[in-house]
Parts: sequence; structure tokens; C-alpha cells
Amino acid sequence: MSSFLSQQVPLSWYLMLSAILFSLGVVGFLIKRNLITVFMSIELMLNGVNLSFVTFAQQWHTVKGQIFVFFVMVVAAAEAAVGLAIIIAIFRARSTLAVDRIDLMKL
Amino acid sequence: MIENLHLWCIPLLPFAGFLINGILGRRLPKWLVTTVALLAPLAEFGMLLNAFQSIYFHLGLPYAPRGILGYGINGYVPLPHVETFGNWINIAALQVDFSFVLDQLSLVMLLVVTGVGFLIHIYSVGYMSDDEGYARYFSFLNLFLFFMSVLVLAGNALVMFIGWEGVGLASYLLIGFYFQKKSAADAGKKAFIVNRVGDVGFLIAMFLLVANFGTLTFTEIATKLGQAPGWTGGVVTVIALCLMLGAAGKSAQLPLYIWLPDAMEGPTPVSALIHAATMVTAGVYMVARMHVLFDHSPFALGVVAIVGAATALFAATIALVQNDIKRVLAYSTISQLGYMFLGCGVAAYSAAIFHLMTHAFFKALLFLAAGSLIHGLGGEQDLRRMGGLWKRLPVTFAVMTIGVLTIAGFPPFAGFFSKDAILYAAFLQGPHGRMLWVVGVVTAQLTSFYMFRLWYLAFLGKSRNEEAHPHESPWSMRVPLVILALLSVCGAWIGIDRSGGWINMERFSGFLAPVLGAQGAEAGSAQLELILSAVAVGVALLGWLAAWLLYREKSTLPEHLADTLPNGYKLLANKYYVDEFYGVTVVKPLLGFSKVFLGWVVDVGILGGIAWLLGGMATFAGAILQRWQSGNLRSYAAWLAAGAAAVLLFLLVPWGMVLASLPAIHLGMAGH
Repeated sequence: MSSFLSQQVPLSWYLMLSAILFSLGVVGFLIKRNLITVFMSIELMLNGVNLSFVTFAQQWHTVKGQIFVFFVMVVAAAEAAVGLAIIIAIFRARSTLAVDRIDLMKL
Repeated sequence: MIENLHLWCIPLLPFAGFLINGILGRRLPKWLVTTVALLAPLAEFGMLLNAFQSIYFHLGLPYAPRGILGYGINGYVPLPHVETFGNWINIAALQVDFSFVLDQLSLVMLLVVTGVGFLIHIYSVGYMSDDEGYARYFSFLNLFLFFMSVLVLAGNALVMFIGWEGVGLASYLLIGFYFQKKSAADAGKKAFIVNRVGDVGFLIAMFLLVANFGTLTFTEIATKLGQAPGWTGGVVTVIALCLMLGAAGKSAQLPLYIWLPDAMEGPTPVSALIHAATMVTAGVYMVARMHVLFDHSPFALGVVAIVGAATALFAATIALVQNDIKRVLAYSTISQLGYMFLGCGVAAYSAAIFHLMTHAFFKALLFLAAGSLIHGLGGEQDLRRMGGLWKRLPVTFAVMTIGVLTIAGFPPFAGFFSKDAILYAAFLQGPHGRMLWVVGVVTAQLTSFYMFRLWYLAFLGKSRNEEAHPHESPWSMRVPLVILALLSVCGAWIGIDRSGGWINMERFSGFLAPVLGAQGAEAGSAQLELILSAVAVGVALLGWLAAWLLYREKSTLPEHLADTLPNGYKLLANKYYVDEFYGVTVVKPLLGFSKVFLGWVVDVGILGGIAWLLGGMATFAGAILQRWQSGNLRSYAAWLAAGAAAVLLFLLVPWGMVLASLPAIHLGMAGH
């Protein structure tokens, strides 16, 4: 396994990629209007975090980080199932997926 | 063996009656309510008699030949018999126990309260039989007995204060018994508020007692004063005067008497029990109970005597022209209470307590007879609409006659002995005492006059009310009347000591001597006493004669007199305008102050302003904060991201180094 993290690819590169993925997720979440894209941005953020987890797990030779990744994946899968169901329900009810127009809870 | 008397049962019995009738009374059948209500005072009276006999009869003697003082001390239950039920307040030097004391004084008082109370309970069964609030009435009456027992049995001033306030509460509830009637509700409030004024005095006296004696227990106060015989005046006078203020409130003395005449709005048996026989005498009892303090303050004693004598005369003059039969009796009660205070003021405490006892008998009798009269006439209280009732109401007439003769002070009725004991004690107190004696004698004549006026107007002559169909009261009302009439005749005979002067009251005062101290009647002589009582009977006869002349012989004369002296008559008929005076000097300014300052400035201005300000601030803050709740999902997310960024910034930036470098930058800039 130590060959995976070679001298040519240092730790910081992985972390930078992770940060870039996470930031892309955040930006996507903030600027996209389509609910599905927003949802995908969330997945992107989760996976950015996953990458950090496995990186550190590899670095410190512990399995805790990898276990966390499994948890995050399980939660992400569950979230996708529930979230997509909600999105479909919203689309049926309002015939739109524009986030700005889904504001029924507003005062 | 020392018997335990279980004193706690004495007040708790009527309290149980109060709870049962107060909570369940509406659902219980009437006979059960009656049974519960009557059992409470009867059981209490029985317990007291039992206690009394364990003091009195333990030697197997049916009666003691000369005072029972000796047996009380050496006997089965040594008096005073103290029972403590635990510590109540325990703060540094201040120790207050829940303690009851049974001694000669509380025994006499309690026997009167429960004995007369029981008779009035029986009477009430007949009098209140048609009333909707039957159970409520009896529960209040039992509540009153509970608090009165606590008051009388109390071993220290604080426990006494519980009873003191409690009887005030019971009195308030019963005055306002017909609460749908505005005048009754107002009278209840008036009684309560005026009593509060007096209670301030009692409270301040207790604070001063704690501050100066470190105790509220009666016996300890007496001990401490006994150790310092030279300690007179000063703070003791202040304490005694404050106590007197409290007593004046409760016992309707000048200047706080105004609530008692209005208290007649309550049912008549209540007027008899609470506002004539027992509760209003609590002030006299309190002064007697705290007599050591008064004994150490001649000035306070003088104030008590003068207030008593002045009240006696003042109330008697008002009673002369009242037309409401209950109001005549109310003013006569105030007047008789004045006699008791006069007795206390000349340090003749046992004479005062003796008058308290006989007064309880004859005033309860008079009130109950008046109640029987009112009941028989279907609620008529105006003397001008009565007359000629002696044929229709023979029993009421007979007992009322006894009551009138008793209060007027004719021998051998009870009132004669007790009133004479007080007047005699006053006469022996030097020149000032003689002046008080003169006031007392004049009052006695006025008393005789207004009582016979009532008697003539109500029972003799021709009926002035043709529609009335008077009927005699049921037996439950007649029996207590007859018993009270017997007590009014013979009640004072227990005090007569045949071995002394011809009517000296040595036996009664001897019985009370361990509590109240021996009273010096040695200065007088049997002859002097005989002369004085002859004078008293003489003026009573004069009063009778005047009443006969005015209201029997020449019944036009009263109106003629009122016409010739319109100002004097008006002054009396309007009760010296005292209520109006208080209205202008106390009530109006207070109401104005409440309305303008408390109502407008404090309530609307300050409190309302603060509430308005707080509400406005909340509304304003809400108006701003609601902009965060835009409903825009992405703006929420943006705030979230911004927050996370802020937290990250806070955690990652080495603030210590930044701050350390700041002065350098600053200095660097200053350098330019």
C-alpha cells in the first residue's frame, strides 16, 4: 500500500484535490438553480470529504478514516434515495425544479 | 401523673368541621351538615370541660370552697399547661415554637368562646335553615372557632397573630356572607381594611419585642421584665401603644371603631358570635395576655383607660338615636368594649375579663333575641316599624327583657357585677380615675336609656306596622335564647365571694391571679363599693325613667327634642360624621393618589411604558430578523458557507501572531 502514496505524489496534492472538489460542490450548490444539480453538488462535497478521509487514513495507517468513508457512502446513498424521491414529488406538485421558486415556507 | 390534654385537638376539631362542610357541604344532606357543624364546637367544649375538671375536680370536690387557685397549682394538671408541637422559626437568637398554653385566662376565654359559640351554632340551625349557603355558613363559623381557639391558646405572639389574622378572615367572610348585596361586600372589605391598620401596630410591636427582648413567648417576656423591675417607659411604652393600636382595630375602639357598625350586614347570629361575644373581645384578651408590658408603662395604661372611657361614652351617645335595632346593639357593643378597655387601663384586668365573659352572655342574648325578632318580622330591622310585639313574641320578649336589664346594670343580673367591678377599680385610681369613673357612670345611664328605648319601641306600645305578621321562632332558636338568658342572670354569681364584701369579685380575680397578677382592691372598702354600686344602679334607673318618659309616656317628645336641637340630633344621627371625616381625610386622598400617581404615572406611564418599549423592541428586531428567512434555499446555504468560512478563518489564522504584529504596524505607521 505504501507504494500507492509515492514520493512523486505527495500528501498535499490529494488534499488539494479534495479541497477543490469540495469547493466546486459549494459553489455549485450556491449558484445552480436546478434542484438536481444542487443535489449533485452535495454529492460532490461528500466525495471531496471522502478523499480527505482516505488520504489521512493512508497517511497515518489507521482504518478509522476508511470506516468513516463507508459511513458517508451509506448516508449518501440513503440521502440520494430519499432526496430523489422528494425531488420527484416536488416536480409533480409544482412542475418545476428551480430552487428559487420553491419557497412555500417563506413567511 | 401529669395528664396530657392534647391541646392541638381543640382547634383542629372545628377545622375538621370547616374542611368537611367547606369541601363536601354542597353534596351532603342537610342533617349531616348540621351534625358536623354542631359536633365541632360541642366536642371542643367537651374537651375543655374535661381539661377543666382535671384541674378542678381531681380532689373529688364538686366545687372549691374558696377559690380554685390552690388546686390549680398543686393539682392533676398544673397550670399553666404548655404543649409545644415543634420549632417553627429558628434564626440565630430568634426561636419561635408552635406552642399552646392552657392557663386560667385561656381556659376562661375558651370556655366562653366555645360555650357561647355552641349555643349560637344551635341558634343558627333555625335562623339559617332556609338559606342556600347553609353549608358555607357553617363551614365559615367553624373556621372562625378554629382561628379563635388558636388565638386564645397561643403561647407566643406569633402564633397568636395567626389566630388574630384568621379571625379577621373569618369575620370578613361572614360579614360578606350575602355577597350579592353590595353593602355587605363593602362592609366586609371595610372591616378587613380597617383591621389591617390595627394589625400594623401589632406587627411593629412584635418586631420591637424581638429586637428588645429576643423572644415572642409571653412567659419569657414576663420573666425578662420581672428581672428588670425598674424598666418602665421608653421602648416598653412604644410596644404597649403599638399593641393597643392593634387591639383598638380588632376591638373596635376609637379611632378604628368604624367597621363594627357596618359589620351588621352579616347574618345576625354572626353579629352575635363574632361581632359581639368573642372576636371583638380578642383585643381585650390580648391586652390582658400582654399585661406585663402595660404594667411597666403607666403612660400606655393611661392611654388604654382614656381610649376605653372615651369610646364607651362616644358610642353610647351614637346609640341613642339609631333606628336600626342591630346598629343600636353594635354601638352598644363598642361602648361595652370601651368599658373593658377602661378596666384594662386601670390595671383591673380580671375585672375586664369578667366583663368580657358576662358581656359575651348578655350581648349574645341581645343579638340573638334581636335576630329572633327580625326573623319573626321577616327581615324588618327598623325600630320605627315595630312596636307592641310582646304579645306576639312572648319568649323573645322575655329574654330580651332580661338582656336589657342585664346590660343596664341592675342587680342581680350579670352585667351589674362586672360593670361595677370595672367602675370600682377605676374609682380607686386617684383623681384621674374618678374622672374616668364619672364618664363610666354617665355611659351607664346612656346605656340604660338607649336599651330601654329599644325595648319600648320594639315590644310595647301599638304596632306601627300593620302588614307584619310576626311569628315566634322555632325551638332551635328559643332554646339557646333561654340558656343565654339564664347565663345572663346567673353568669356573674360564680365570681361572688361571700366571705369578702357583699359583692366583691375576689373569687374570679383570685382564679385569674396566677396569670394576671393579684389586683389591689385593698384600698377600697365594702362601704365605698356599696355606695358606688348604688350610684350606678341609680343612674341606670334614671336612664330607664327617661326612656319611659320619652318613648312610653310622651311619645311625641323625642321628635320635639329633635326639632329643638336639630344640630345636636343631626350630629348624633350621622354618627358625628366620622365616616365622612375619614372619607375626606384618608379615603379620598388615598383614592386620588392611587388614581393619579399609581394609576396614571406608575401603571400607565412607567409599567405600561416599559411593556410598550419591550414589545416595540421585539417587533423591531423581528422586522429586521425576518429578512434572514427569505425562503431562498441558496441564500441559506450561502450564510451557512459564510459561517463555515468564518469559523475556518478563526481557527486557521494564527491570531496571536497577527495581534502581536499589530502594534508594530501601528508604530511603523506612526513613524512616518
